Amino acid sequence: MDLSSINWILLLASLMVASTPILLAAIGELVCERAGVLNLGVEGMMITGAICGFAISVETQSATLGFIAAALSGAALSMIFGFLTQYLLSNQVATGLALTLFGLGLSALIGQGYIGIKGLEIASLHIPLLSDIPVLGPILFRHDLMVYVSIAIVAATWATLKYTRAGLILRAVGENHDAAHALGYKVIRIRLMAIAFGGACAGLGGAYLSVVRVPQWTEGMTAGAGWIALALVVFASWKPWRILVGAYLFGGLSVLQLNLQAAGLKVPVEYLSMSPYLITILVLVIMSSGRSRAALNAPAELGRSFHASS
Amino acid sequence: MTLKTLLAGTALAVGLAGAAFAEDKTKVGFIYVGPIGDGGWSYEHNEGRLAVEEHFGDKVETIYQESVPEGADAERAMTQMALGGADLIFTTSFGYMDPTINVAAKFPDVKFEHATGFKRADNVSTYSARFYEGRAVQGHIAGKMTKTNKVGYIGSFPIPEVIRGINSAYLHAKKVNPDVEFSVIWVYTWFDPAKEADAAKALIEQGADVVLQHTDSTAPQAAAQEAGNVITFGQASDMADYGPMPRVSSIIDNWSPYYIQQVQAVMDGTWTSVDTWDGISTGMVKIGEITDAVPADVKEEALAMVEAIGAGEYHPFTGPINKQDGSAWLAEGEVADDGTLAGMNFYVEGITGEIPQ
Repeated sequence: MDLSSINWILLLASLMVASTPILLAAIGELVCERAGVLNLGVEGMMITGAICGFAISVETQSATLGFIAAALSGAALSMIFGFLTQYLLSNQVATGLALTLFGLGLSALIGQGYIGIKGLEIASLHIPLLSDIPVLGPILFRHDLMVYVSIAIVAATWATLKYTRAGLILRAVGENHDAAHALGYKVIRIRLMAIAFGGACAGLGGAYLSVVRVPQWTEGMTAGAGWIALALVVFASWKPWRILVGAYLFGGLSVLQLNLQAAGLKVPVEYLSMSPYLITILVLVIMSSGRSRAALNAPAELGRSFHASS
Repeated sequence: MTLKTLLAGTALAVGLAGAAFAEDKTKVGFIYVGPIGDGGWSYEHNEGRLAVEEHFGDKVETIYQESVPEGADAERAMTQMALGGADLIFTTSFGYMDPTINVAAKFPDVKFEHATGFKRADNVSTYSARFYEGRAVQGHIAGKMTKTNKVGYIGSFPIPEVIRGINSAYLHAKKVNPDVEFSVIWVYTWFDPAKEADAAKALIEQGADVVLQHTDSTAPQAAAQEAGNVITFGQASDMADYGPMPRVSSIIDNWSPYYIQQVQAVMDGTWTSVDTWDGISTGMVKIGEITDAVPADVKEEALAMVEAIGAGEYHPFTGPINKQDGSAWLAEGEVADDGTLAGMNFYVEGITGEIPQ
């Protein structure tokens, strides 16, 4: 084994890129869950965003339009979920699972004509001055725009939830929808907006895979990233900045796994591949044991339907 | 159900069966491991299928199923094809080996052709191409062109076919560049662009300026293109979209002549279970155009090697070659026999790392 052959600076840099899809999807799901809605359809919305983003970016030769289309398609798909769960009061878990299956099928259908097509080349930004800082420059300041957009979304989500009235109302709806309703807030409308935000972020995350990271379209290319994003929200105990840490941890493990192999580490790759999931389980066990249960931080109305007359 | 509808149904069924019989088309099925648009392995098998259709026209009907997982689901897909009246079924990935044997035992009248495997039966043939001949050429170019002396290799599964390719490429890179080192990443998939791209990036980050792939998508080519100064080779298909840089050459699988020949044999009733393993000499393995990114003298040497292998004058596994543990494998001038090559489960001397078990 020769760990010195691993270029740690580049490893950390590619970690940020590898983590961006799950970071985006997870922050969207976090907002959705803070409003009290559990949407298990993240994977389906991601993959739909991936194909829509890829298709539009190839057709228009514009990555920006691709990402906008991805966000819109993710939001549109999430509205199916929103309509079913908020107006028809269907079970959120079952509807979310159905949304995932639907999204996988829909994306495969849309993607028929896009298999094997080359994607756009997205240049990385070299932020002037900052990117020339030794060590930190290459790690932090030489990525494509979406990496920074994703971090900005995390920051904005944190600030909104913590400091604004809108954030307070959103949390109120998630903690006690009856009380929020009694105060005159439109619970269903607020939840629908949260669901749409979640869908748009998931779509962006999927599009980051197909437009920037690979860049190509293949069926099922999200390969379970949506589920990792869901676990990440719990892992982060519904706090935005912890999502960032968690996403980089998970992304880092998958990149490290490949690098260790290339460096000739004699550990069976199966262990390395399963390590992100093992750590998730481990953290969940640690978190939910003991008195200061982080699980208590879960929104009180998570997964429960609201109906004004009941 | 009344007697009348029963009779009508029977009459209809008999009529349909009669009509089907009258057409007398040979039905040929194909099972693909990836989508036909992968631009690599499955794409070339599908090109072979299209060549069969073009060659035989109305006399043949082809069916295919893509992205069939290796394992139990493959058995289901094959059974469905056999029940659907296929006369000949090509199963085109190593992992279909046991499913093919199992299904073939249930349908003794259907002929099966399994690619890259080693298990045969009365109605199961195997066929493969000597990709390692092409790997020798790649190894030569890689050894000559690498500046960092690091060559990255994306392996799919640790099976003989892939290990043979790694050994062949390494031997020929080492021959022209004694300092060359190989890093192998196993991704455990034939087709997963995201994973292949990440693997290529990891190899490039660790200083590899040549990336060889034994996976089917073009994602590693895209990753190399982004990195700029890295060269790659098209795998299974030409992948010419990525030339002249990073793709400097390729191994192209050309299945069409073989598929046409075997379909003909089924039509003539002369089909028998055979083991076919052809290489550059018969055209089953082709070397894609070597681009101008390769220096002229290196290109010339590579073409000379292609020529020598094609003419049977040179075998890529010619001794002296030791195994990784230092024990002797081939003596001076000795040539590897097909049996050992077909079951190759060891690295040759000089490759670091272990083959995952």
